[in-house]
Amino acid sequence: MNEGRKEIIQVVFVLVAIVFLLKLFVIQVIDRSYSDLAETNAIRKEILYPVRGLITDRNGKLMVYNSPEYDLLIILKEVHYLDTARFCYVFDITPEQLRQQFAQLYADIRNKRASELQPTPFLKQLSNRDFAKIQDHIDEFEGFYIQARTTRAYASDAIANAVGYVSEITKNQLANDSTKFYRQGDYIGQSGLEAYYETYLRGTRGVRYLLRNKDGIIKGPYKNGRYDTLSIPGQDLTTTIDLDLQEYGAFLMKGKSGSIIAIEPATGEVLAMISGPSYDPSLLTGRNYSSNFLLISNDTNKPLFNRPLMAQYRPGSIFKIAQSMVALQEGVITPETRIPCNRAIIGCHGAHTNEDLRGAITHSCNPYFYNVLRRMLNKGVSNDPFEDTRIGLAEWDKHIRSFGLGSPLGIDLPNEKGGMVPNPAYYDRAYRGRPWKFSNIYSIAIGEGENLVVPLQMANFAAIIANRGFYYTPHLVKSIGKSGLPLPRYQEKHYTTIDPKHFEIAVEAMERVVSEGTGQYRARLRDITVCGKTGTVQNDPLPDHSVFIAFAPKDNPKIAVSVYVESAGQGARAAASIASLMIEKYLIGETQRPMIEDYVLKGQFLY
Amino acid sequence: MIREEKISNRMDWITVLLYGIIVFWGWLNIFSVTYEENQFIFDPSINSGRQLIFIASSIAIIMFILIMDMRFYETFAWVIYGVMLFLCIVVVFTGHEVGGNQAWLRIGSFGFQPSEFMKFATALAVAKYIGTVGFKMDQIRNQIRLFTIIGVPMAVILLQKDTGTALVFTAFVLVFYREGMSPFLILVGIGVAIIFILTLLVENEYILFAIIGCVWLTLVLLGKKKRKRIMVLTATALMLIGTIKSVDFIFNNVLKEHQQKRIRVLLNPDLDQLGAGYHVYQSKVAIGSGGMWGKGFLKGTQTKLKFVPEQSTDFIFCTIGEEHGWVGSLMVIVLFVALLFRVVYLAERQKSRFARVYGYCVACILFFHFTINIGMTIGLFPVIGIPLPFFSYGGSSLWGFTILLFILLKLDAHRLQVMNRG
Repeated sequence: MNEGRKEIIQVVFVLVAIVFLLKLFVIQVIDRSYSDLAETNAIRKEILYPVRGLITDRNGKLMVYNSPEYDLLIILKEVHYLDTARFCYVFDITPEQLRQQFAQLYADIRNKRASELQPTPFLKQLSNRDFAKIQDHIDEFEGFYIQARTTRAYASDAIANAVGYVSEITKNQLANDSTKFYRQGDYIGQSGLEAYYETYLRGTRGVRYLLRNKDGIIKGPYKNGRYDTLSIPGQDLTTTIDLDLQEYGAFLMKGKSGSIIAIEPATGEVLAMISGPSYDPSLLTGRNYSSNFLLISNDTNKPLFNRPLMAQYRPGSIFKIAQSMVALQEGVITPETRIPCNRAIIGCHGAHTNEDLRGAITHSCNPYFYNVLRRMLNKGVSNDPFEDTRIGLAEWDKHIRSFGLGSPLGIDLPNEKGGMVPNPAYYDRAYRGRPWKFSNIYSIAIGEGENLVVPLQMANFAAIIANRGFYYTPHLVKSIGKSGLPLPRYQEKHYTTIDPKHFEIAVEAMERVVSEGTGQYRARLRDITVCGKTGTVQNDPLPDHSVFIAFAPKDNPKIAVSVYVESAGQGARAAASIASLMIEKYLIGETQRPMIEDYVLKGQFLY
Repeated sequence: MIREEKISNRMDWITVLLYGIIVFWGWLNIFSVTYEENQFIFDPSINSGRQLIFIASSIAIIMFILIMDMRFYETFAWVIYGVMLFLCIVVVFTGHEVGGNQAWLRIGSFGFQPSEFMKFATALAVAKYIGTVGFKMDQIRNQIRLFTIIGVPMAVILLQKDTGTALVFTAFVLVFYREGMSPFLILVGIGVAIIFILTLLVENEYILFAIIGCVWLTLVLLGKKKRKRIMVLTATALMLIGTIKSVDFIFNNVLKEHQQKRIRVLLNPDLDQLGAGYHVYQSKVAIGSGGMWGKGFLKGTQTKLKFVPEQSTDFIFCTIGEEHGWVGSLMVIVLFVALLFRVVYLAERQKSRFARVYGYCVACILFFHFTINIGMTIGLFPVIGIPLPFFSYGGSSLWGFTILLFILLKLDAHRLQVMNRG
């Protein structure tokens, strides 16, 4: 029955073999187009790097732009002969450097980090000037190619910390990039806005396929560019920064350590954000990035440390305003409540004896707020004083946090710190389960003890008082691309848990701090009512940190400021002066008080 | 006693020689694919060095196969089948994904593909079943069982997303045919494939319907007007129309996107040369540029510049085409056909049905790989990722094929004993 089937199977084998041989004969011997194709088949893939988005200030002034830069690539396999003397002359390097470059290249090839057949960066980030010279001579060196891309350039060096910098992607970042967008050698925002808005700024790479014959000569686009894609430039960012104000602030902070933040209260837009000491951002671009970065990051003054968001301080006396608001809301005092200045338990300063709330804020009376906190924490809800404090502290904590304290506000910059607001759980941990009550924790009454804030939170706090009870999360970008809008979460209004009516007391008290306080005259302006509050943060053994928050004008405020000057003594001095100068600059355009400006500039507080 | 005779005297050395030439040539080509200057073929950090280790271990495997008692393979056919099937199922759940396939089992740093070993295991099982005393191919029940034996591993391997290897199991149908199954099924399969491709080629399916209608009408009018004949013709025409109707559905809903693309590219080679058509286009350019005599060993430019992906595994034939030209391709094809003929010859001279069927299984599996692999590199078949036996780089595939072939040689060496046993 199965006779002949073996033969049929064998015939099938042979048929397939014949079909294959015929087809092979056609494509290998008869149709020569394949071998022509192979000649030109070396399709070179060229990445077209997109232009990174520009960053401007709120008035459209350019802050960060791009300048062209060129990498020299080598395809080692194509280098048959190299006039090294000529090469060194054209590229302006020493024979020793050239030897090192080749040694490096051979090492990379041996370790499979590079291939002799693929274009490999040889000299990176040639400047525009280098390029002009090289362009005419590149043809002399076979196997070498120029690849253009752009590097960041900065119109002002006053915004280094807020804007951040861009550098080649690190090995770790590359490994953690789950989207697989980046490749080795790509540039990526490393800090500041550059990092936060990376996905908007970076744009989309394009690609171009070029036909190259076997001698490496480009024969033109592959299939007339049918598979090419153009690069799409990154989106531009319009920031909320007022560049004039920013530069003025940086000018005032020269030789000081600390920060200045100015916010437009009605919108939460950050008008200026200065971190001192800072660095020259242009150092972190171009060929010398690595050595400069090492220099800057090893500087003992920590210029890369973005103090407005990252430096945590105790809030000091400024915290008393928040205490007052919470106490009024909880109903444990009224604005008329008078408490004697009993300095037995807690020290005080200045001559006053028995102030009401406004007076207590103006004079920063410690015993007053000690008593206010005790009334809040021990309301007699529970007979157990430990339990009672716990209940009171939980309430207090909730109110304080509604001012945006105790956790990061969520500004559009990376690495924001949240400060610290103690809650019952915190003290349980700190006391390791042993009981605690008001008498253990009262130093938080006057903003000392466990409280921590960052300067940005204090500026936002000033904005909350200026707004009489609400804030928009501070942000630095007004508009992404052509949208004209910031990110949606910066369009949300946040209310505190305090009734807006209580804020008038704080506003009045802050007005009196400036108009009546003894040292605070430096914050006074002739035509504008400035409301402010000093803070002096202990900093043993160095001099205290000088702190001042303010907003102006009193009605319909246009600017809220917080100023921290490290180791500069009382808040009424350096910080109050700088705050008022910033307000003056923003509202009037220039200072009418050169004496105050001189006073600030003369102060050098770097230790 | 015959048993006392040395196995080396009874081995079929012609097959061993063909095997050796193919493996050696494959090894040289694997070296050539990744060749850069100053590389050493034995360097264990490159593919050729690793392949040498695979070859050496294959020799150990061959020794083992020859030492085992010849009855082992028949006696334990079902056990081997079961164990391999179990491993394949394990891979579905724990498998390591390599290049879109989830077919790898990892033991420490060592990975292997159970599906490569499933082939010889299934061959043993098929041979065992057909070799059962009293087995009759014309019984539907037996055919169903046979198709189950090949269908289950196929399904499991499909679950591993390894379509290519799963398709290899269709090669057994040819064995069934040799053992007496009606050729009807094979013809229907070929017919459906032709209709499938026609449907994809002809945009407007009504043109096909019209052609079927015309043919039907002509046949009805010209032939004898018997009722039964007209019924059969009508039924066939309706079935054809049904198949055409279902092609779109199968193509769009059953096949995965990359599979759809590969079929489209096969039908229209100029489509998407940098995308789905890239493999075939580059492969054809590489082979085509070889000309009559080739560019010479290690002199291929297309392969060196890494234009052809998966060059050392599935597209190894490109290196032959480019470096050794049409003459080299001819030699490879002749080598394979010679091997196939020799295997069929060995199968036919077996005294037991088990051994003969197993021999045909070997021939058909090798034939399927040979056809699909070379066919896809020259654009005659869609890109289905299966290796060229003994030639492609890879441990599992080399070991799998070695075991497959040498079990046959072991059975063949003892063929006279079977007769003695009765």
